[in-house]
Amino acid sequence: MSYILAILPSLLEGAQLTLKIFLWTIVGSIPLGLIVGLGLTSRFVPLKAILKFYVWLMRGTPLLLQLIFVFYGLPLIGHGAFTLERYDAALFAFILNYTAYFAEIFRGGLQSIDRGQYESAKVLRLSYWQTIRKVITPQVLKIVLPSIGNEVINLVKDSSLVYVIGLGDLLRAGNVATSRDVTLVPLILVGVIYLLLTAVLTFILRKLEQHYSYWK
Amino acid sequence: MMLELKNISKQYNKRVILDKINMTVEDGEIMCIVGSSGAGKTTLLRCISGLEKIDGGQILVDEKEFDPYSNQSNDSVIGVVFQEYQLFPHLKVLDNITLAPMMVLKKKEVAAKKEALELLEGLSLADKADLYPYQLSGGQKQRVAIARAMAMKPQILCYDEPTSALDPGLRDTVKNIILGLKKSEMTQIVVTHDMEFAQQIADRILKVEPIRS
Repeated sequence: MSYILAILPSLLEGAQLTLKIFLWTIVGSIPLGLIVGLGLTSRFVPLKAILKFYVWLMRGTPLLLQLIFVFYGLPLIGHGAFTLERYDAALFAFILNYTAYFAEIFRGGLQSIDRGQYESAKVLRLSYWQTIRKVITPQVLKIVLPSIGNEVINLVKDSSLVYVIGLGDLLRAGNVATSRDVTLVPLILVGVIYLLLTAVLTFILRKLEQHYSYWK
Repeated sequence: MMLELKNISKQYNKRVILDKINMTVEDGEIMCIVGSSGAGKTTLLRCISGLEKIDGGQILVDEKEFDPYSNQSNDSVIGVVFQEYQLFPHLKVLDNITLAPMMVLKKKEVAAKKEALELLEGLSLADKADLYPYQLSGGQKQRVAIARAMAMKPQILCYDEPTSALDPGLRDTVKNIILGLKKSEMTQIVVTHDMEFAQQIADRILKVEPIRS
Protein backbone atom coordinates (compact mmCIF):
# COMPACT_ATOMS: atom_id res chain seq x y z
CA MET A 1 0.00 0.00 0.00
CA SER A 2 2.74 2.42 0.93
CA TYR A 3 4.44 1.52 -2.38
CA ILE A 4 1.27 2.45 -4.26
CA LEU A 5 1.12 5.78 -2.44
CA ALA A 6 4.77 6.34 -3.23
CA ILE A 7 4.39 5.91 -7.00
CA LEU A 8 0.91 7.40 -7.30
CA PRO A 9 2.04 11.04 -7.62
CA SER A 10 4.22 10.27 -10.62
CA LEU A 11 1.45 8.23 -12.21
CA LEU A 12 -1.07 11.01 -11.65
CA GLU A 13 1.32 13.49 -13.14
CA GLY A 14 1.50 11.26 -16.20
CA ALA A 15 -2.27 10.96 -16.21
CA GLN A 16 -2.48 14.73 -16.25
CA LEU A 17 -0.55 14.89 -19.52
CA THR A 18 -2.70 12.09 -20.93
CA LEU A 19 -5.81 14.07 -20.04
CA LYS A 20 -4.43 17.30 -21.42
CA ILE A 21 -3.68 15.74 -24.78
CA PHE A 22 -7.02 14.00 -24.74
CA LEU A 23 -9.03 17.13 -23.98
CA TRP A 24 -7.30 19.43 -26.44
CA THR A 25 -7.51 16.84 -29.18
CA ILE A 26 -11.26 16.55 -28.61
CA VAL A 27 -11.71 20.32 -28.52
CA GLY A 28 -9.76 20.69 -31.75
CA SER A 29 -10.75 17.69 -33.78
CA ILE A 30 -14.51 17.43 -33.29
CA PRO A 31 -15.34 20.91 -34.68
CA LEU A 32 -12.70 20.49 -37.38
CA GLY A 33 -14.09 17.07 -38.15
CA LEU A 34 -17.54 18.57 -38.67
CA ILE A 35 -16.13 21.20 -41.02
CA VAL A 36 -14.10 18.65 -43.01
CA GLY A 37 -17.16 16.39 -43.03
CA LEU A 38 -19.18 19.24 -44.58
CA GLY A 39 -16.41 19.65 -47.14
CA LEU A 40 -16.54 15.94 -47.94
CA THR A 41 -20.24 16.25 -48.75
CA SER A 42 -19.83 19.41 -50.80
CA ARG A 43 -20.38 19.48 -54.54
CA PHE A 44 -17.15 21.40 -55.11
CA VAL A 45 -15.02 18.65 -56.63
CA PRO A 46 -11.47 19.99 -56.03
CA LEU A 47 -12.18 20.60 -52.35
CA LYS A 48 -13.68 17.16 -52.00
CA ALA A 49 -10.68 15.56 -53.71
CA ILE A 50 -8.20 17.31 -51.42
CA LEU A 51 -10.15 16.35 -48.31
CA LYS A 52 -10.54 12.75 -49.46
CA PHE A 53 -6.78 12.57 -49.98
CA TYR A 54 -6.19 13.99 -46.50
CA VAL A 55 -8.54 11.47 -44.90
CA TRP A 56 -6.96 8.63 -46.83
CA LEU A 57 -3.50 9.72 -45.74
CA MET A 58 -4.43 10.09 -42.07
CA ARG A 59 -6.37 6.87 -41.82
CA GLY A 60 -4.03 4.94 -44.07
CA THR A 61 -0.84 5.43 -42.06
CA PRO A 62 -0.16 4.57 -38.42
CA LEU A 63 -0.70 7.32 -35.89
CA LEU A 64 2.68 6.34 -34.45
CA LEU A 65 4.34 7.12 -37.79
CA GLN A 66 2.53 10.46 -37.96
CA LEU A 67 3.76 11.38 -34.48
CA ILE A 68 7.35 10.49 -35.35
CA PHE A 69 7.06 12.32 -38.64
CA VAL A 70 5.73 15.52 -37.08
CA PHE A 71 8.30 15.62 -34.29
CA TYR A 72 11.44 14.17 -35.90
CA GLY A 73 10.65 14.50 -39.58
CA LEU A 74 9.31 18.02 -39.99
CA PRO A 75 12.43 19.73 -38.50
CA LEU A 76 14.51 18.12 -41.25
CA ILE A 77 12.72 20.09 -43.96
CA GLY A 78 12.97 23.84 -44.41
CA HIS A 79 16.01 24.18 -42.13
CA GLY A 80 14.03 23.69 -38.98
CA ALA A 81 11.26 26.13 -39.83
CA PHE A 82 8.71 23.48 -38.85
CA THR A 83 10.23 22.48 -35.52
CA LEU A 84 7.63 21.92 -32.81
CA GLU A 85 7.93 21.33 -29.08
CA ARG A 86 7.22 17.75 -28.05
CA TYR A 87 3.85 18.56 -26.58
CA ASP A 88 2.80 20.76 -29.50
CA ALA A 89 3.96 18.13 -31.97
CA ALA A 90 1.89 15.51 -30.18
CA LEU A 91 -1.23 17.71 -30.19
CA PHE A 92 -0.71 18.63 -33.83
CA ALA A 93 -0.43 15.00 -34.90
CA PHE A 94 -3.38 13.88 -32.79
CA ILE A 95 -5.69 16.64 -33.99
CA LEU A 96 -4.69 16.01 -37.60
CA ASN A 97 -5.30 12.30 -37.21
CA TYR A 98 -8.52 12.40 -35.25
CA THR A 99 -10.06 15.12 -37.40
CA ALA A 100 -9.91 12.65 -40.29
CA TYR A 101 -11.77 9.98 -38.36
CA PHE A 102 -14.36 12.41 -37.04
CA ALA A 103 -14.79 13.86 -40.54
CA GLU A 104 -15.72 10.44 -41.89
CA ILE A 105 -18.19 9.94 -39.06
CA PHE A 106 -19.76 13.34 -39.70
CA ARG A 107 -19.88 12.68 -43.43
CA GLY A 108 -21.93 9.58 -42.77
CA GLY A 109 -24.22 11.50 -40.43
CA LEU A 110 -24.65 14.37 -42.87
CA GLN A 111 -25.50 12.02 -45.72
CA SER A 112 -28.19 10.35 -43.67
CA ILE A 113 -30.16 13.59 -43.31
CA ASP A 114 -33.09 13.79 -45.71
CA ARG A 115 -32.49 16.23 -48.55
CA GLY A 116 -35.96 17.55 -47.79
CA GLN A 117 -34.64 19.06 -44.56
CA TYR A 118 -32.27 21.28 -46.56
CA GLU A 119 -35.06 22.11 -48.99
CA SER A 120 -37.57 23.04 -46.34
CA ALA A 121 -34.93 25.25 -44.72
CA LYS A 122 -34.24 26.78 -48.11
CA VAL A 123 -37.85 27.69 -48.88
CA LEU A 124 -38.01 29.22 -45.39
CA ARG A 125 -35.12 31.42 -46.54
CA LEU A 126 -32.56 30.17 -44.06
CA SER A 127 -29.02 30.66 -45.33
CA TYR A 128 -26.66 27.72 -45.79
CA TRP A 129 -24.89 28.30 -42.48
CA GLN A 130 -28.12 28.92 -40.61
CA THR A 131 -29.39 25.63 -41.99
CA ILE A 132 -26.22 23.82 -40.97
CA ARG A 133 -26.23 25.35 -37.49
CA LYS A 134 -29.88 25.21 -36.57
CA VAL A 135 -31.29 22.35 -38.60
CA ILE A 136 -28.61 19.92 -39.71
CA THR A 137 -25.98 19.84 -36.96
CA PRO A 138 -28.35 19.02 -34.08
CA GLN A 139 -29.72 16.09 -36.05
CA VAL A 140 -26.28 14.90 -37.15
CA LEU A 141 -24.93 15.05 -33.60
CA LYS A 142 -27.63 12.72 -32.39
CA ILE A 143 -26.89 10.25 -35.16
CA VAL A 144 -23.11 10.26 -34.80
CA LEU A 145 -22.85 10.32 -31.03
CA PRO A 146 -22.30 6.57 -30.56
CA SER A 147 -19.57 6.50 -33.21
CA ILE A 148 -17.97 9.63 -31.79
CA GLY A 149 -17.99 7.93 -28.40
CA ASN A 150 -16.07 5.01 -29.81
CA GLU A 151 -13.34 7.28 -31.13
CA VAL A 152 -13.23 9.25 -27.90
CA ILE A 153 -12.53 6.08 -25.92
CA ASN A 154 -9.91 5.08 -28.47
CA LEU A 155 -8.26 8.45 -28.11
CA VAL A 156 -7.71 8.00 -24.37
CA LYS A 157 -5.69 4.89 -25.09
CA ASP A 158 -4.05 6.17 -28.27
CA SER A 159 -2.66 9.07 -26.28
CA SER A 160 -0.16 6.58 -24.78
CA LEU A 161 1.66 6.67 -28.13
CA VAL A 162 3.23 10.00 -27.20
CA TYR A 163 5.94 8.08 -25.31
CA VAL A 164 7.66 7.70 -28.68
CA ILE A 165 8.55 11.37 -28.81
CA GLY A 166 9.67 11.40 -25.20
CA LEU A 167 6.62 12.79 -23.45
CA GLY A 168 5.91 11.57 -19.93
CA ASP A 169 2.32 10.37 -20.03
CA LEU A 170 0.55 7.90 -17.79
CA LEU A 171 1.83 4.74 -19.47
CA ARG A 172 5.39 5.98 -19.52
CA ALA A 173 5.22 6.85 -15.82
CA GLY A 174 4.10 3.31 -15.08
CA ASN A 175 6.73 1.81 -17.33
CA VAL A 176 9.48 3.77 -15.65
CA ALA A 177 8.36 2.66 -12.19
CA THR A 178 8.05 -0.99 -13.28
CA SER A 179 11.53 -1.24 -14.73
CA ARG A 180 13.04 0.68 -11.81
CA ASP A 181 11.39 -1.29 -9.00
CA VAL A 182 10.97 -4.64 -10.83
CA THR A 183 7.30 -5.03 -9.94
CA LEU A 184 4.03 -5.31 -11.87
CA VAL A 185 2.13 -3.05 -9.48
CA PRO A 186 2.66 0.20 -11.42
CA LEU A 187 1.43 -1.35 -14.68
CA ILE A 188 -1.68 -2.69 -12.95
CA LEU A 189 -2.29 0.76 -11.50
CA VAL A 190 -1.88 2.28 -14.95
CA GLY A 191 -4.49 -0.14 -16.25
CA VAL A 192 -6.85 0.79 -13.43
CA ILE A 193 -6.44 4.51 -14.12
CA TYR A 194 -7.17 4.01 -17.84
CA LEU A 195 -10.24 2.00 -16.90
CA LEU A 196 -11.43 4.74 -14.57
CA LEU A 197 -10.93 7.36 -17.27
CA THR A 198 -12.88 5.38 -19.84
CA ALA A 199 -15.60 4.58 -17.29
CA VAL A 200 -16.12 8.28 -16.65
CA LEU A 201 -16.21 8.98 -20.38
CA THR A 202 -18.64 6.15 -21.01
CA PHE A 203 -20.89 7.63 -18.35
CA ILE A 204 -20.70 11.13 -19.87
CA LEU A 205 -21.38 9.76 -23.35
CA ARG A 206 -24.41 7.86 -22.14
CA LYS A 207 -25.73 11.02 -20.48
CA LEU A 208 -25.23 12.90 -23.74
CA GLU A 209 -27.12 10.24 -25.66
CA GLN A 210 -29.94 10.50 -23.14
CA HIS A 211 -29.92 14.25 -23.54
CA TYR A 212 -30.56 13.82 -27.27
CA SER A 213 -33.32 11.28 -26.78
CA TYR A 214 -36.03 13.88 -26.21
CA TRP A 215 -36.92 13.64 -29.89
CA LYS A 216 -36.96 10.89 -32.46
CA MET B 1 -50.02 38.15 -56.05
CA MET B 2 -50.46 37.05 -59.63
CA LEU B 3 -48.22 34.38 -61.03
CA GLU B 4 -47.63 33.61 -64.68
CA LEU B 5 -45.56 30.86 -66.22
CA LYS B 6 -44.58 31.19 -69.85
CA ASN B 7 -43.11 28.28 -71.78
CA ILE B 8 -41.47 26.70 -68.77
CA SER B 9 -39.12 23.84 -69.68
CA LYS B 10 -37.10 21.58 -67.47
CA GLN B 11 -34.84 18.64 -68.25
CA TYR B 12 -32.90 16.16 -66.17
CA ASN B 13 -29.93 14.61 -67.91
CA LYS B 14 -31.41 15.50 -71.30
CA ARG B 15 -34.73 13.86 -70.40
CA VAL B 16 -37.47 16.42 -70.91
CA ILE B 17 -39.72 16.61 -67.86
CA LEU B 18 -41.55 19.84 -68.55
CA ASP B 19 -42.07 21.09 -72.06
CA LYS B 20 -43.32 24.65 -72.57
CA ILE B 21 -45.76 24.81 -69.69
CA ASN B 22 -47.99 27.88 -69.53
CA MET B 23 -50.20 28.85 -66.65
CA THR B 24 -51.64 31.90 -64.92
CA VAL B 25 -52.83 32.18 -61.36
CA GLU B 26 -54.62 35.33 -60.38
CA ASP B 27 -54.28 36.95 -57.00
CA GLY B 28 -56.06 34.94 -54.31
CA GLU B 29 -56.87 32.03 -56.60
CA ILE B 30 -56.34 28.35 -56.07
CA MET B 31 -54.59 26.60 -58.93
CA CYS B 32 -54.50 22.82 -58.96
CA ILE B 33 -51.86 21.02 -60.94
CA VAL B 34 -53.04 17.50 -61.70
CA GLY B 35 -51.71 14.57 -63.68
CA SER B 36 -50.57 11.01 -63.26
CA SER B 37 -47.41 10.24 -61.36
CA GLY B 38 -44.26 10.93 -63.31
CA ALA B 39 -45.96 13.65 -65.29
CA GLY B 40 -43.79 16.36 -63.78
CA LYS B 41 -46.27 17.98 -61.39
CA THR B 42 -43.85 18.02 -58.50
CA THR B 43 -41.03 19.20 -60.75
CA LEU B 44 -43.18 22.12 -61.84
CA LEU B 45 -43.90 22.98 -58.21
CA ARG B 46 -40.19 22.78 -57.43
CA CYS B 47 -39.47 25.21 -60.27
CA ILE B 48 -42.09 27.64 -58.97
CA SER B 49 -40.78 27.43 -55.41
CA GLY B 50 -37.17 27.91 -56.47
CA LEU B 51 -35.88 24.46 -55.63
CA GLU B 52 -35.08 23.76 -59.28
CA LYS B 53 -33.66 26.04 -61.91
CA ILE B 54 -35.78 26.28 -65.02
CA ASP B 55 -34.06 25.52 -68.33
CA GLY B 56 -36.31 27.69 -70.42
CA GLY B 57 -39.22 30.09 -70.25
CA GLN B 58 -40.22 32.88 -67.94
CA ILE B 59 -41.83 33.27 -64.57
CA LEU B 60 -43.68 36.51 -63.94
CA VAL B 61 -44.98 37.75 -60.63
CA ASP B 62 -47.36 40.69 -60.91
CA GLU B 63 -46.17 41.03 -64.49
CA LYS B 64 -42.55 41.45 -63.50
CA GLU B 65 -39.97 38.83 -64.37
CA PHE B 66 -39.08 36.77 -61.33
CA ASP B 67 -36.54 34.02 -60.79
CA PRO B 68 -37.51 32.00 -57.72
CA TYR B 69 -34.26 30.03 -57.90
CA SER B 70 -32.04 33.04 -57.24
CA ASN B 71 -34.52 35.30 -55.47
CA GLN B 72 -33.38 36.24 -51.98
CA SER B 73 -35.86 38.95 -51.07
CA ASN B 74 -37.86 38.31 -47.95
CA ASP B 75 -40.79 40.23 -49.41
CA SER B 76 -41.48 37.65 -52.07
CA VAL B 77 -41.45 34.34 -50.27
CA ILE B 78 -43.03 31.32 -51.89
CA GLY B 79 -44.04 28.95 -49.13
CA VAL B 80 -44.05 25.19 -49.57
CA VAL B 81 -45.89 22.46 -47.70
CA PHE B 82 -43.98 19.32 -48.60
CA GLN B 83 -45.55 15.94 -49.13
CA GLU B 84 -43.52 14.54 -46.23
CA TYR B 85 -43.96 17.84 -44.33
CA GLN B 86 -40.24 18.00 -43.50
CA LEU B 87 -40.73 19.45 -40.05
CA PHE B 88 -37.52 19.80 -38.07
CA PRO B 89 -37.63 16.76 -35.77
CA HIS B 90 -35.39 18.21 -33.06
CA LEU B 91 -37.51 21.33 -32.55
CA LYS B 92 -40.82 21.70 -30.76
CA VAL B 93 -43.82 22.65 -32.87
CA LEU B 94 -43.57 26.28 -31.77
CA ASP B 95 -39.83 26.44 -32.52
CA ASN B 96 -40.39 24.87 -35.91
CA ILE B 97 -42.60 27.83 -36.72
CA THR B 98 -40.53 30.62 -35.12
CA LEU B 99 -37.11 29.50 -36.41
CA ALA B 100 -37.26 31.20 -39.79
CA PRO B 101 -39.07 34.39 -38.68
CA MET B 102 -36.41 34.85 -35.99
CA MET B 103 -33.36 33.88 -38.05
CA VAL B 104 -34.38 35.36 -41.38
CA LEU B 105 -36.83 38.17 -40.65
CA LYS B 106 -34.97 39.00 -37.40
CA LYS B 107 -38.16 39.06 -35.40
CA LYS B 108 -37.91 39.22 -31.64
CA GLU B 109 -38.63 35.97 -29.88
CA VAL B 110 -41.71 37.26 -28.08
CA ALA B 111 -43.28 38.63 -31.25
CA ALA B 112 -42.45 35.52 -33.27
CA LYS B 113 -43.94 33.27 -30.61
CA LYS B 114 -47.09 35.35 -30.41
CA GLU B 115 -47.62 35.14 -34.15
CA ALA B 116 -46.85 31.44 -34.18
CA LEU B 117 -49.39 30.79 -31.46
CA GLU B 118 -52.02 32.74 -33.38
CA LEU B 119 -51.31 30.63 -36.45
CA LEU B 120 -51.54 27.44 -34.41
CA GLU B 121 -54.77 28.64 -32.87
CA GLY B 122 -56.25 29.22 -36.31
CA LEU B 123 -55.38 25.65 -37.24
CA SER B 124 -56.70 24.23 -33.92
CA LEU B 125 -53.24 23.22 -32.80
CA ALA B 126 -52.68 25.61 -29.92
CA ASP B 127 -52.34 22.76 -27.42
CA LYS B 128 -49.61 21.12 -29.51
CA ALA B 129 -47.11 23.99 -29.34
CA ASP B 130 -44.77 22.23 -26.93
CA LEU B 131 -44.78 18.83 -28.58
CA TYR B 132 -42.15 17.43 -30.90
CA PRO B 133 -43.10 16.44 -34.45
CA TYR B 134 -42.83 12.71 -33.70
CA GLN B 135 -45.65 13.14 -31.18
CA LEU B 136 -48.09 14.39 -33.83
CA SER B 137 -50.36 12.58 -36.27
CA GLY B 138 -49.92 13.03 -40.02
CA GLY B 139 -52.70 15.57 -40.26
CA GLN B 140 -51.32 17.57 -37.35
CA LYS B 141 -47.83 17.57 -38.88
CA GLN B 142 -49.29 18.89 -42.08
CA ARG B 143 -51.02 21.72 -40.29
CA VAL B 144 -47.80 22.59 -38.49
CA ALA B 145 -46.08 22.64 -41.87
CA ILE B 146 -48.75 25.04 -43.13
CA ALA B 147 -48.32 27.26 -40.05
CA ARG B 148 -44.54 27.21 -40.52
CA ALA B 149 -44.86 28.29 -44.14
CA MET B 150 -47.44 30.96 -43.26
CA ALA B 151 -45.18 32.45 -40.59
CA MET B 152 -42.88 33.69 -43.36
CA LYS B 153 -45.79 35.69 -44.84
CA PRO B 154 -45.53 34.07 -48.25
CA GLN B 155 -46.97 35.66 -51.37
CA ILE B 156 -47.85 32.25 -52.72
CA LEU B 157 -48.33 29.00 -50.85
CA CYS B 158 -47.61 25.69 -52.58
CA TYR B 159 -48.69 22.22 -51.52
CA ASP B 160 -47.21 18.99 -52.82
CA GLU B 161 -49.80 16.18 -52.70
CA PRO B 162 -51.51 17.44 -49.54
CA THR B 163 -54.01 14.57 -49.41
CA SER B 164 -51.85 11.61 -50.36
CA ALA B 165 -50.62 10.73 -46.87
CA LEU B 166 -53.88 11.45 -45.06
CA ASP B 167 -56.90 9.39 -44.09
CA PRO B 168 -59.83 10.08 -46.40
CA GLY B 169 -61.66 11.73 -43.52
CA LEU B 170 -58.95 14.34 -43.19
CA ARG B 171 -59.31 15.43 -46.80
CA ASP B 172 -62.11 17.76 -45.81
CA THR B 173 -59.97 19.34 -43.11
CA VAL B 174 -57.28 20.17 -45.67
CA LYS B 175 -59.92 21.40 -48.07
CA ASN B 176 -61.32 23.72 -45.43
CA ILE B 177 -57.87 25.04 -44.52
CA ILE B 178 -57.06 25.78 -48.15
CA LEU B 179 -60.44 27.41 -48.75
CA GLY B 180 -60.04 29.34 -45.49
CA LEU B 181 -56.71 30.75 -46.67
CA LYS B 182 -58.34 31.70 -49.94
CA LYS B 183 -60.66 33.96 -47.98
CA SER B 184 -57.61 35.82 -46.71
CA GLU B 185 -56.61 36.17 -50.37
CA MET B 186 -53.65 33.85 -50.32
CA THR B 187 -52.63 32.68 -53.77
CA GLN B 188 -52.30 28.92 -53.59
CA ILE B 189 -50.93 26.22 -55.86
CA VAL B 190 -51.83 22.63 -55.11
CA VAL B 191 -50.20 19.65 -56.77
CA THR B 192 -52.39 16.57 -56.51
CA HIS B 193 -53.22 13.38 -58.36
CA ASP B 194 -56.64 13.45 -56.69
CA MET B 195 -58.92 14.87 -59.39
CA GLU B 196 -61.95 14.92 -57.14
CA PHE B 197 -60.12 16.95 -54.52
CA ALA B 198 -58.87 19.32 -57.20
CA GLN B 199 -62.37 19.92 -58.52
CA GLN B 200 -63.60 20.72 -55.03
CA ILE B 201 -61.09 23.46 -54.35
CA ALA B 202 -59.67 24.75 -57.62
CA ASP B 203 -60.40 27.96 -59.45
CA ARG B 204 -58.26 26.65 -62.24
CA ILE B 205 -56.88 23.26 -63.08
CA LEU B 206 -53.73 22.62 -65.06
CA LYS B 207 -53.29 19.13 -66.40
CA VAL B 208 -49.71 18.00 -66.85
CA GLU B 209 -49.10 15.02 -69.12
CA PRO B 210 -46.05 12.78 -69.15
CA ILE B 211 -43.83 13.49 -72.12
CA ARG B 212 -43.17 10.61 -74.46
CA SER B 213 -39.61 10.48 -75.67
